[in-house]
Amino acid sequence: MTAITSLLVANHKRGFGSLWYMVEVRWLISSHGNTVQLFMMQFMLLFSRQGKLRLQKWYLPLSDKEKKKITRELVQTILARKPKMCSFLEWRDLKIVYKRYASLYFCCAIENQDNELITLEIIHRYVELLDKYFGSVCELDIIFNFEKAYFILDEFLLGGEAQETSKKNVLKAIEQADLLQEDAKDAETPRSVLEEIGLT
Amino acid sequence: MPAVSKGDGMRGLAVFISDIRNCKSKEAEIKRINKELANIRSKFKGDKALDGYSKKKYVCKLLFIFLLGHDIDFGHMEAVNLLSSNKYTEKQIGYLFISVLVNSNSELIRLINNAIKNDLSSRNPTFMCLALHCIANVGSREMAEAFASEIPRILVAGDTMDSVKQSAALCLLRLYKTSPDLVLMGEWTSRVVHLLNDQHMGVVTAAISLITCLSQKNPDEFKTCVSLAVSRLSRIVSSASTDLQDYTYYFVPAPWLSCKLLRLLQCYPPPEDGAVKGRLVECLETILNKAQEPPKSKKVQHSNAKNAILFEAISLIIHYDSEPNLLVRACNQLGQFLQHRETNLRYLALESMCTLASSEFSHEAVKTHIETVINALKTERDVSVRQRAADLLYAMCDRSNSKQIVAEMLSYLETADYSIREEMVLKVAILAEKYAVDYSWYVDTILNLIRIAGDYVSEEVWYRVIQIVINRDDVQGYAAKTVFEALQAPACHENMVKVGGYILGEFGNLIAGDPRSNPLVQFNLLHSKFHLCSVPTRALLLSAYIKFINLFPETKATIQEVLRCDSQIRNSDVELQQRAVEYLKLSSIASTDVLATVLEEMPPFPERESSILAKLKKKKGPGAVSVAELEDGKRESGELNGGGERGQDAAAMAASNASTPSPSADLLGIRSSVPVSTTPASAGSLLVDVFSEAGPAAPSGAVNDDGFLRDLEQPTETSDPLLVEGSGDSE
Repeated sequence: MTAITSLLVANHKRGFGSLWYMVEVRWLISSHGNTVQLFMMQFMLLFSRQGKLRLQKWYLPLSDKEKKKITRELVQTILARKPKMCSFLEWRDLKIVYKRYASLYFCCAIENQDNELITLEIIHRYVELLDKYFGSVCELDIIFNFEKAYFILDEFLLGGEAQETSKKNVLKAIEQADLLQEDAKDAETPRSVLEEIGLT
Repeated sequence: MPAVSKGDGMRGLAVFISDIRNCKSKEAEIKRINKELANIRSKFKGDKALDGYSKKKYVCKLLFIFLLGHDIDFGHMEAVNLLSSNKYTEKQIGYLFISVLVNSNSELIRLINNAIKNDLSSRNPTFMCLALHCIANVGSREMAEAFASEIPRILVAGDTMDSVKQSAALCLLRLYKTSPDLVLMGEWTSRVVHLLNDQHMGVVTAAISLITCLSQKNPDEFKTCVSLAVSRLSRIVSSASTDLQDYTYYFVPAPWLSCKLLRLLQCYPPPEDGAVKGRLVECLETILNKAQEPPKSKKVQHSNAKNAILFEAISLIIHYDSEPNLLVRACNQLGQFLQHRETNLRYLALESMCTLASSEFSHEAVKTHIETVINALKTERDVSVRQRAADLLYAMCDRSNSKQIVAEMLSYLETADYSIREEMVLKVAILAEKYAVDYSWYVDTILNLIRIAGDYVSEEVWYRVIQIVINRDDVQGYAAKTVFEALQAPACHENMVKVGGYILGEFGNLIAGDPRSNPLVQFNLLHSKFHLCSVPTRALLLSAYIKFINLFPETKATIQEVLRCDSQIRNSDVELQQRAVEYLKLSSIASTDVLATVLEEMPPFPERESSILAKLKKKKGPGAVSVAELEDGKRESGELNGGGERGQDAAAMAASNASTPSPSADLLGIRSSVPVSTTPASAGSLLVDVFSEAGPAAPSGAVNDDGFLRDLEQPTETSDPLLVEGSGDSE
C-alpha cells in the first residue's frame, strides 16, 4: 500500500466517520487496488561529460522521439549538477540515481517508491562487471565494444530488475558465451584480405 | 585496457567506429555514415549471399549507427536471418538488433517469434536465455500471445537450469506488466511461490520480483509467500558474512535480495500468525541494531548496501504503522542520519521522515528534530536536499510549532528556486489556514506571501484569504488596516492590489474613521495603482469604487468623475467599459436605499473543502497530501463561519461531492465552477461560486541551460579506467 493508503487506514482506525470521509476511503482503496505499484528501473543511460550517449537501455516502450527528448533533457540536467551534490534528484515524476565514474556518467531512472541506495549499488555492480570483463575498463572499451556492454547488462538486469547478483555467476555466463564464440570461430569461412584489415 | 575488442574482433566495425570518432565535424560524420549505409545496402542487396560473419558485422554496424542517433530503415530482415544461425554470436547480434530496433511489421514478427520458439525448445540453456532476454526486452503483445503459456512451464520445470529459470521469471514479469490478461498464473501459483525456497539465491532474487508484482494484483492467491519471505529474510539477516559466499556484497549479506524481500512484505499487512510476526519483528530489530554497529568496511559500497536494507526496513515499519517501539527507533535512526556527513544519507533521511511524520506513533518523535531540519533548510547547498527539508517541515507541522515553521518557510521562500516557489506558496497557505488560532496572523502570512512571491500566489490562495476575511468578523478591521498599509509600499504586487481592492471595498469603512485612512485617501491609494494593473484587476477595482460610493457618499463626486472619463466609459475592453457605464448610471439614478441594498456587504461564504489542497495534490500527485490534513481541513473550514447558520449542512455537502468522485487525481472531487465575478449580489440570492477549479499549473522544469553540451570538440581523455583502486569513497 502506498503511504496515503496506509494513512487512510490508520485514520479510519481512529474513527473519523464522516460520510465524505468513508466514501473517499473506499474510493481511494479501490482505485489503488487497480494500479500495480511498479518497482523497477525505467531506463539506464551512460553518457560522457560532453553529453555523448554511450549506452541506452530502455525498460519500457517509448517512441524514438520520446527517448531522444528524455535523453537530451536528462543529460543536460545531470551535467549541470555540481560535484558535491547528492546522487539523487527528482525529475519529472521519476527519481534519478546517478554516479560518475571517470569520464562516464551512469544514470538510472527509478520509480518513486524504489530504493535509491540499492540502485546506486546496482550501478556499481555493473561497473565492477565491466571492469572484470574488460580488465580495468575505460570509456573507450564501452565505445568499441558496445554490444558486449549490452550483453553484460542483460545478464545482470532483465526487464529493469536484478536477476543475478553474484558477480561470479554473471561473469561465468558471459565467459561461457565467449567460449561458444571461440568454438565457432574455428569453423568460420575464410575471409577476404580486405575484411581482415577492416576495409569492408 | 582500451580499444582491442574481445572475442572475435569484428575488425571492420572497430575501424568504422574509429573513423566516426575521428570525424572533425557533424557534416563529416554524416557523410561517413551515409557512405557506410550505402555500402551495407549494396552488400545486402547483392547477388552473392553473405556469410554469417559478414551479416553479423553489418548488422552490428547498423546498430551502432542507430545508437548514434540516426534513423535506420533497413536491416531487419538480415537481423532476423541471423537468429536462425547456429553460431551463438550471430544469434546474439541478431537478437540485440531486433530488441533495440523494434519493428511492427507482422511478417517480421512472425519470423522472430518462430526463431524464439525454436530457441526456447532447443534445450540449449544459452540459446534459451538469449530468447528469453529478447522477450523480456521487447515484451510486445504478439510475444505475450505466443509465449505467455510456455514460459511458466519453463520456469517451474524441474530440469530447467538455474540461469534459465532466472531469465524466465523476469521475462514472465515483463509480459505480465504489458499484457496482464494474457498471463494466467492459475495452476502455476503455488510452484512459483515455492521458488522462494529455492537453493539458488539467484533464482530467488529473480522470482521474488515476479511474485511481488503478481501478489499486488492477486494478494489472496499469493499470501503464502509472506511466511516464506519472512523466514528467508530472517536467515539472511542473521547469517555471518561468509555464509552466503558470492552473494555477500562488501560484507553485507545478500543486500538486493534483502531489499526485495522487504519490498514484498510491504505488499501485505502485518502477518497475522504470531510466530511469523515475532520472527519478522526480530528481523527488523536486528537490522536496526546493525545500523548502530561499527562498519566492517570503510568503503562507501558497504555503507550504501547496509543502509539500503535499513531504509527499506524503515519503509516496512512505516507501512505497518503498528509497532510503536520500532517506529520510534526508526525515527531516532533517521534523526542520526539527518546530520550525517554524507549528503545522500541526509537526503534520504529527510525523505523518510516525511512519511514518519504522519504516523501518530512517531509524530512527536519527529517533531523533536525540528531545529536540525530548519538548519538544513538554511544551510544545505544542494537544492534537492533543501526541498526535502521544506517538505518535512510541512509534514511535521502542527499547532505547537506552526508559527515557527511558517516563519521559516516564509524566509526560505525569499531565496527559493523559482521552480519550487508555487508549491511552497501553496503549502504555506495551507499551514497558515489550518493552524491559525489567531486569524490576524493568517492574514499577515498571506499578505507576506504576496509580498515575497506574488507571481506564484495562485488565485486559490488569495480567494481563500478574502473568503476567510469575509466570514470572520473579528479579523475584518485588521485586514483592512493591514492591506491599506501594504498598499502604500512603492512597488506592490498586483495580487496585493486585488486583495486590497476587494477588502477595502467591503471593509474600508472600518478604518475610515482614522484621518490617515479616510475614504478619499483610500480611494486615491487604490486609484494610484489602477493604471499599472491588468484588465481583471481593474475590473475588480471598478467594483470597489462603486462600493465606495455606497459606503462613503462624500466620495461620490470624485469617483463619478473617474468613471465618467473617456478611458473608462470608452475603454476598448468590453468588461471594463460595461462596468464603468453601469456603475456610473447606478450611482446617479439609484436612491441611497437601493444602492445600499445592491451593494450590501458580502454574506459569508458557505463551508467547503479547500481548493488549495486540491491544487497542491494536483501538483504533487496523490501522495502529497495526507488525509489527516484533508480531514482537518474540512473540519477547519467549518469553523470559518462566524455563526455558521448560512453554511450548508456538512453531510449534505459531502454527499453531493462524494457522488462524483473523479477517477483522476482530484482527491476532493471539487466540482468545477463559474469563475469569480464580483458583481453585486442582491440579498437572498445564491452566491456565485467563488472557487473555480484551477487549471493545471504551468510546469516549471527549470533546467540549467548554460550551454553545457559543448560543440563537437575532440574527445578528451576517455581512456581513464572507470574503477580506480580505493575509489570506494564518495566523491
